[in-house]
Amino acid sequence: MLTALTSLTILGALLGLILGVAAKVFRVEGNAMVAELNEILPGSQCGQCGFPGCNGAAQALAEGRAPVTLCPPGGRAVALALAAKLGVDADMSGVEDVVPRVADVREELCIGCTRCFKVCPTDAIMGAAQQIHSVFREACTACGKCEEICPTESIRLQPVTVTLHAWYWNKPKIAA
Amino acid sequence: MKTIAHSPHAHAPVTVSRVMLTVMLALLPATLYGFWIYGWPAFNIWVVTLLAAVIGEAFVLRLQQRPVRPVLSDCSGLLCAWLLAISLPPWTPWWIALLGSWFAVIIAKHVYGGLGQNPFNPAMAARVMLLISFPVEMTTWIAPLDSAHAPGWLQGLAVTFTGAQVDGMASASLLGHVKTEFTRGIELQQALAGYYAPLQALWGNRAGSMGETAALLLLAGGLFLIARRIITWHAPVAMLVGVFVPSLLFSSINPVHYAGPLYHLLSGGLILGAFFIITDPVTSPNTATGQLIYGLCCGLLTWIIRTWGGYPEGVAFAVMLMNAATPFIDHYVKPRIYGRNRKGDSVSLEPVKKGA
Amino acid sequence: MNLFKLRGGVHPQGRKELAEKHAIRQLPMPERLFVPLQQHVGAPAQPLVRVGDQVLKGQLIGAGQGFISAPVHAPTSGRIAAIGDFSAAHPSGLSSPTVTIEADGLDNWLPTRSVDDPFALSPEEIANAVGAAGIVGLGGATFPSAVKLSLSRKNNVHTLIINGGECEPYITCDDRLMQERAAEIIEGVRLIRYAVGATRVMVGIEDNKPVALREMQAAAAGTEVKIVAVPAMYPMGWDKQMIRALTGCEVPADGRTADIGMLVHNVATAFAVRDAVRFGRPLVSRVLTVSGGAIATPANLQVPIGALVEDLFSFCGGFSQKPARMVLGGPMMGVELFTAAVPVVKGTSGVLALTQQEIGSTQAAPCIRCSNCVRACPVGLLPLELAAHIRSGDSGAAVSRGLKDCIACGCCSFVCPSHIPLVHYFNFAKGELMEQERGKLKQSATKILAEERLARIERIERERLEAAAKRKAAREAKKRAEQMSKMEVA
Repeated sequence: MLTALTSLTILGALLGLILGVAAKVFRVEGNAMVAELNEILPGSQCGQCGFPGCNGAAQALAEGRAPVTLCPPGGRAVALALAAKLGVDADMSGVEDVVPRVADVREELCIGCTRCFKVCPTDAIMGAAQQIHSVFREACTACGKCEEICPTESIRLQPVTVTLHAWYWNKPKIAA
Repeated sequence: MKTIAHSPHAHAPVTVSRVMLTVMLALLPATLYGFWIYGWPAFNIWVVTLLAAVIGEAFVLRLQQRPVRPVLSDCSGLLCAWLLAISLPPWTPWWIALLGSWFAVIIAKHVYGGLGQNPFNPAMAARVMLLISFPVEMTTWIAPLDSAHAPGWLQGLAVTFTGAQVDGMASASLLGHVKTEFTRGIELQQALAGYYAPLQALWGNRAGSMGETAALLLLAGGLFLIARRIITWHAPVAMLVGVFVPSLLFSSINPVHYAGPLYHLLSGGLILGAFFIITDPVTSPNTATGQLIYGLCCGLLTWIIRTWGGYPEGVAFAVMLMNAATPFIDHYVKPRIYGRNRKGDSVSLEPVKKGA
Repeated sequence: MNLFKLRGGVHPQGRKELAEKHAIRQLPMPERLFVPLQQHVGAPAQPLVRVGDQVLKGQLIGAGQGFISAPVHAPTSGRIAAIGDFSAAHPSGLSSPTVTIEADGLDNWLPTRSVDDPFALSPEEIANAVGAAGIVGLGGATFPSAVKLSLSRKNNVHTLIINGGECEPYITCDDRLMQERAAEIIEGVRLIRYAVGATRVMVGIEDNKPVALREMQAAAAGTEVKIVAVPAMYPMGWDKQMIRALTGCEVPADGRTADIGMLVHNVATAFAVRDAVRFGRPLVSRVLTVSGGAIATPANLQVPIGALVEDLFSFCGGFSQKPARMVLGGPMMGVELFTAAVPVVKGTSGVLALTQQEIGSTQAAPCIRCSNCVRACPVGLLPLELAAHIRSGDSGAAVSRGLKDCIACGCCSFVCPSHIPLVHYFNFAKGELMEQERGKLKQSATKILAEERLARIERIERERLEAAAKRKAAREAKKRAEQMSKMEVA
């Protein structure tokens, strides 16, 4: 009886001590996770997730206030990376369907108002007043800000056309 | 739109059902021989086991709302039932066969997700379940028949389905007999005297389950499978070595207490286990090295259980234990990738050794 | 000679008997040729001609751009009919930039400069000639040969290996080339050796080509070239496999063959090198095999680049039965074609029309872990494990188990009793990972852009505020000055 009591007490005290020491030694600065999450996010501060910029989104993710699928421009890849970083299962329903898109100017409608390139978070739209604008596709994150602001509906997000270089085999479909 | 097929646009003439059928073909001689020496009841048990497997499998597939025909036609359920049937006592009652068969295909196979997903060999899992649950029925063996005592077809049905007794047939298997004699303090040589002759064991003309006894026919079947490249030599040879080496070692140290290698190799389900059970691809490791380790451990465990364990026969237990270790073996034993060392780092610029 | 032990590999039914007895014939010049501007690994060629231009055979129509690229030449004389997109020989069925030439039927060569003694040229001149001729690896890899030559010289390559391991079933073009033009090939081999300064030359030929072996041995007698018979197996023609068979060396996974002082070229490439260096003729045609159970009369043909696959089929008497699949390349690694209206390119070693019986069943079943694929993999991967990871959506796990070392040879799919499309899984995962990689690159680039923009907006705002503050200060100073002066006046 007494042996059991003492041994368990000592054991408990010892383990508690280890825990306490570990908590001190391996202490992680609070915002390390936020910085790492921020690294994964696109960083275009488009605000489509509903948080104030990517940093706000990272904060929310770290605190578990937002799902990993919050970032529309990041799509599947970012969602998976976030899930891996946070160690959670990504619920991919709803993300799978979003095909990669890119802004495209319909030249016959563009009036050269310059509004779109003023809002573009990545400077992906080129042009000047009274001149037809064009999109630098490599820099476009498909955030959709230009689409919202365009007065003539000239600039719109279009699915990216597959090129010979970007094409790859689909996943085999097997019933069994 | 036409879907484009990925290469290769040619295929080796091999399918799952063909693999399974070839294994069944290899089992056929030993099975027929088993029917011949143990009579109609053995045949009845075989039929019951196989039928039950088909019905059981069809039932679970229906439950899962999966197509029945394609899965049944891969013949894996039949093979599994066949292996179970020939490891049962030939005069066992029908419900043992039925229960075992359903346990094998439903619990040990389909509950885990069907073909390719089961961690344990279904036939061995069922055998172990039956042995633990119904020790009497599972260890009531009969002596090989001679024509005078052989029950006719009708009497055979009675034996299987109503549990009718036929006088003077009950016997003990070799391993069981030795174990019992040991517990009575009788020494090995005496226990074996009049009960064991190597030549007899080779032909399987003794008490036992129908597939276990005909060592020579099973060996022929196994060699046929190796020749047809259905199985490789690694696991079987390793298992035989795993039994041979310790039995040789211990019997030469103390022949009074430990039986020799020939006794071990030719008795019980060892040959069946080595060539037909541990070569089950689903539950054995992927690589040749892994299979060597796996086989060796199966053999060692079999010998240990037979020698020091509570049960006279250890193949089924040994196989199940090693099944559990298979993912572990697969995790650590991997082939070396071209241009990399075993750790997976790119190799340095020296030439590799010949034959590596 | 002692050969070194190989791993894995399969022995598919050769089916070479269909075409191997047929001598190389010339395909009559089709009316139109469709010459893609990218027939090689690397950057596509830049078109140098305009629609309506007249060109001569061998005239440069597309210039290589960048270090890894190759030029494209007119395969016959005629008029440029179009420059634009045309169906590519690619499983996607997408099109690629292509120059269409209307043949004038004269097949006039551009005046070319022959060299009597090519060995009098300097190694650089040979490499330049090979580069200018647009020669790429004709075994199917289509890596620009001149790049390989100059890299090899830089890396002090000591061993030249010529790959005569034509291991794909059905394909017999290299076999026929070695049988009929052994002397020319040997001369090409010696030119390559001279150009890279190698001290050892070996030609590995599979032992299922006895006539080719004999002819090549006769042609190589008395030269520094050594002909070696290697066992017939698939994939013997994988360059790293050939290196291992002949030398016992392994190419490091992160490196190239040049890292261990070796250079591998295909026999057909050696033949093309000789043509280019001795006669100044660019690569405008190649020998390929037309075969398969559905072809009326299989053949080995000398075909101008840009000829349509359907031209080849009709020259070979059309189909004896409706083909279940048309394949560009061999059955193990070739691509199925949407349509026969796609052009032959430099890397095309054959076109096949296969019957359903030859293809076999494609119904996939669950994996039974038989590990046939493990035994067949020449690389030493665990295809069943990789595919299981990819199937469950975890391509990353597949990468950590060696997915990127996969050469997509098809051995695993070939031997799988469950007919699981293993290579399809691997190519899907590789493509998916490449796309993720591209996405990541793009994201890091756009991130920088966004940060720069924010910084710029901040700077502009700051400058505006500063300017406003300055103006305000100036105004106030002025006001104060006025007040002061007023007060003084008062």
